[in-house]
Amino acid sequence: MAHKLIEELRAACGDDNVVTHPHQLRTYESDGLLRYRVTPRAVVLPGSAEEVQKVLRACHEAEVPWVARGSGTGLSGGALPVEEGVVIGVNRMNRVLEVDLPNQRLVVQPGVTNLDVSKAAGPTHFYPPDPSSQIVCSIGGNVAENAGGAHCFKYGFTTNYVTGLELVLPDGELIEIGGKELDQPGYDLLGAFVGSEGTLGIATKITVRVVPVPEAVRTLVAFFADTTHAGRTVSDIVSAGIVPGAIEMMDSLAIEAAEGATHAGYPADAGAALVVELDGSEAECEHRFEEVRKVCERNEASSIRIAQSEEERALIWKARKAAFAAMGRVSTHYYVQDGVIPRTRLPEVLGRIEELSKEYGMRVANVFHAGDGNLHPLVCYDGHVEGEAERAEELSGQILAACVDAGGSITGEHGVGYDKKGYMPRMFDEPDFEAFQRLRCAFDPAGMANPGKVMPTPRLCGEVPGPYRQHPLEAAGIAERF
Amino acid sequence: MDAAGQVADAGGRGQTLRVRGGGTKYGWGTPAGDPDVEVSTSELDRIVEHNEGDLTAILEAGVPLARAQEQFASAGQMLALDPPLGEGAAATIGGVIATGDSGPLRHRYGAPRDLVLGMTVALSDGTVAKSGSTVIKNVAGYDLAKLFSGSFGTLGLIMRVAVRLHPQPHQTVTAVGRANDPEVVARGASELAHASLEKECVDVRWENGSGAAMARLGGVTAGPQAEAATRLLHEAGLDTELVEDDFDLWARQRDSQRSADRAVVRVSGLQTELARTMRAAESLGGSLVGRASLGISWITIDPQRIADLRGALAPFKCVVLDAPREVRASLDVWDAEPSPLAQRVKQRFDPAGVFAPGTFAGGI
Repeated sequence: MAHKLIEELRAACGDDNVVTHPHQLRTYESDGLLRYRVTPRAVVLPGSAEEVQKVLRACHEAEVPWVARGSGTGLSGGALPVEEGVVIGVNRMNRVLEVDLPNQRLVVQPGVTNLDVSKAAGPTHFYPPDPSSQIVCSIGGNVAENAGGAHCFKYGFTTNYVTGLELVLPDGELIEIGGKELDQPGYDLLGAFVGSEGTLGIATKITVRVVPVPEAVRTLVAFFADTTHAGRTVSDIVSAGIVPGAIEMMDSLAIEAAEGATHAGYPADAGAALVVELDGSEAECEHRFEEVRKVCERNEASSIRIAQSEEERALIWKARKAAFAAMGRVSTHYYVQDGVIPRTRLPEVLGRIEELSKEYGMRVANVFHAGDGNLHPLVCYDGHVEGEAERAEELSGQILAACVDAGGSITGEHGVGYDKKGYMPRMFDEPDFEAFQRLRCAFDPAGMANPGKVMPTPRLCGEVPGPYRQHPLEAAGIAERF
Repeated sequence: MDAAGQVADAGGRGQTLRVRGGGTKYGWGTPAGDPDVEVSTSELDRIVEHNEGDLTAILEAGVPLARAQEQFASAGQMLALDPPLGEGAAATIGGVIATGDSGPLRHRYGAPRDLVLGMTVALSDGTVAKSGSTVIKNVAGYDLAKLFSGSFGTLGLIMRVAVRLHPQPHQTVTAVGRANDPEVVARGASELAHASLEKECVDVRWENGSGAAMARLGGVTAGPQAEAATRLLHEAGLDTELVEDDFDLWARQRDSQRSADRAVVRVSGLQTELARTMRAAESLGGSLVGRASLGISWITIDPQRIADLRGALAPFKCVVLDAPREVRASLDVWDAEPSPLAQRVKQRFDPAGVFAPGTFAGGI
């Protein structure tokens, strides 16, 4: 990369906000998925939309690819740097710009954390999408990944709450789409952008909708002999017309790990735990909570613990939200998957996972957003043994195949990123990729925004008629023209 | 030839085409010359799957929404979209999604774009492509279903969709508050919008010098909740009523979004500007229905007063839906500036300009 670009980045954002020292660059070489590492050429930390524009214009001129990064908590390698590329961290853009509760809107910069968005709306309102990493993950990253969380079965995903975006397109142009008002005339470019995994541009200002805090919240955790009984309980709850705020399942290995880490009092011998949370009006909540309790009993729950205080509720959730991190107590290494299945296919898919687990001789823990069918199998392996990581990855792939075969998806909330792009052909065919690429080319014809992610094979945009010119990615052998 | 074949054929010949579903909203958009070809979705009429246990369904675009709802209702479920269904209740799922039309249930469940999980489309170069999935949670690939929702058939033909369903509420009861002052109606609506209740719908209405704010409560405790909502309305200064048999009341809200002889303008406004919006409608001899907490209103008005209405409500966007053709031809129905990015999207998906050229926002 030309020294000129680094100088331009420094001129745009200040010397202190351009990182080029190899030791400092290592901080940015992977996101929450540590298996892949690439050292970028430079990291730049713009402090405003104007600086983002200058950075993208400079990259555009220099034909250098870039990767936008929030807090780096993503689990699919979506913020994995591109070799010799620039990483653009939005963390300095971390201000809440406007709290407009009468209109149920907040306007924030992309580096604000998810939890701080909700806090800014409190105590009367809240922002529903709540990924487990909400304490640190950025709203900009949430927009890129269309983040979900435990409460999305009832409340929906990031895409259902973003009403406006200020964006910098890869050529440096600043545009606004949507706003506080809904249904503005024109294409739903918001819907296209949210969840595009950093491949269409950088959001520099985000307007979100917030909703009134529910009057009551009731939480219980029920334990069962096995996941079959817990799964049947979920089906019975949903078919009774109850829409829980959250409904989460853990299997025995996940329980063991979470209990070891949090001492939440989960029985060590339980085969499955089901966390059910209802929220809404006091009267409705009480009535339906009682129904949920009865459904659990009918399905032979071995014990049911009802949170009697906010502390007890927090403890129930602590065990659930700690499940990923707690796996470190059970296994030196683990691989998190993010498959989705139609909820009714749960028994057969869990059965298949168990078969695969035996076949590979690797333990698999399951944490499950049960309402919406989003399964997070954690494949445990010993990374010190040669070849085990590869076998774990293979087993993970088999699990995703089982999810797709059951009519599901390869990712419910972690994104495709770098990690799962190879699995995309299990869900999509060439004409589908070709249609995706049309959207990509409308936003980023030069292919500079987070190249090498989402799509299984890199591809370039057909040019608007004109003389043929070799693309830099083509010259470098990274991509070929279709 | 099937619909996708007709699209490919028109694309190959460079002909212009328009997609027709139930034809109930065919008069929306910028009037353009007759297309070379009209592609009907009438043969795309299968309910492909209704997965009761998973609360999902796959529908072909030409399925009348009313027919799909009958099927879902038999399982105590619904597709939470209740736009006006037009003459003969002919509106199809494809047409509702393509126009992004919605009704009072939008308060709780969102617009068509929020309920569509996946979509298969036919493009003008013969490509048939799918995006999304058939499960309620998925982030694999670009969300083209949202891009095509509300695109008025200008990007491609929507052939089939996967949608999320919801359980029908156990019971519903509606709290209504009436007042003759737009400020008081708006205050009542705001109380309802910010209340922690299980609200299916929160609407306002204004006509002939009086208005109402109303909330439909759902669930096993709909009655007590509606009573709580009534108290809020009473405290805000409205005359209240509890309506247990509330079907007609909401059908009327929905139906007021259409007009056979006047103009209907959809206003993208804000909750805090509801009083001003109602006053604007009143002063121009119009009537209004709206989603109070979402800030979207439909104003029925003399077509000659559209420009005045836009002047009174600026900078809110006022999209003209129903209006006589000559009126639609005399102004920009979309109230929109051209967007170069939107134009690039159009060029990429429909480079030959086959799909309904000149009918959409910004000259697309």
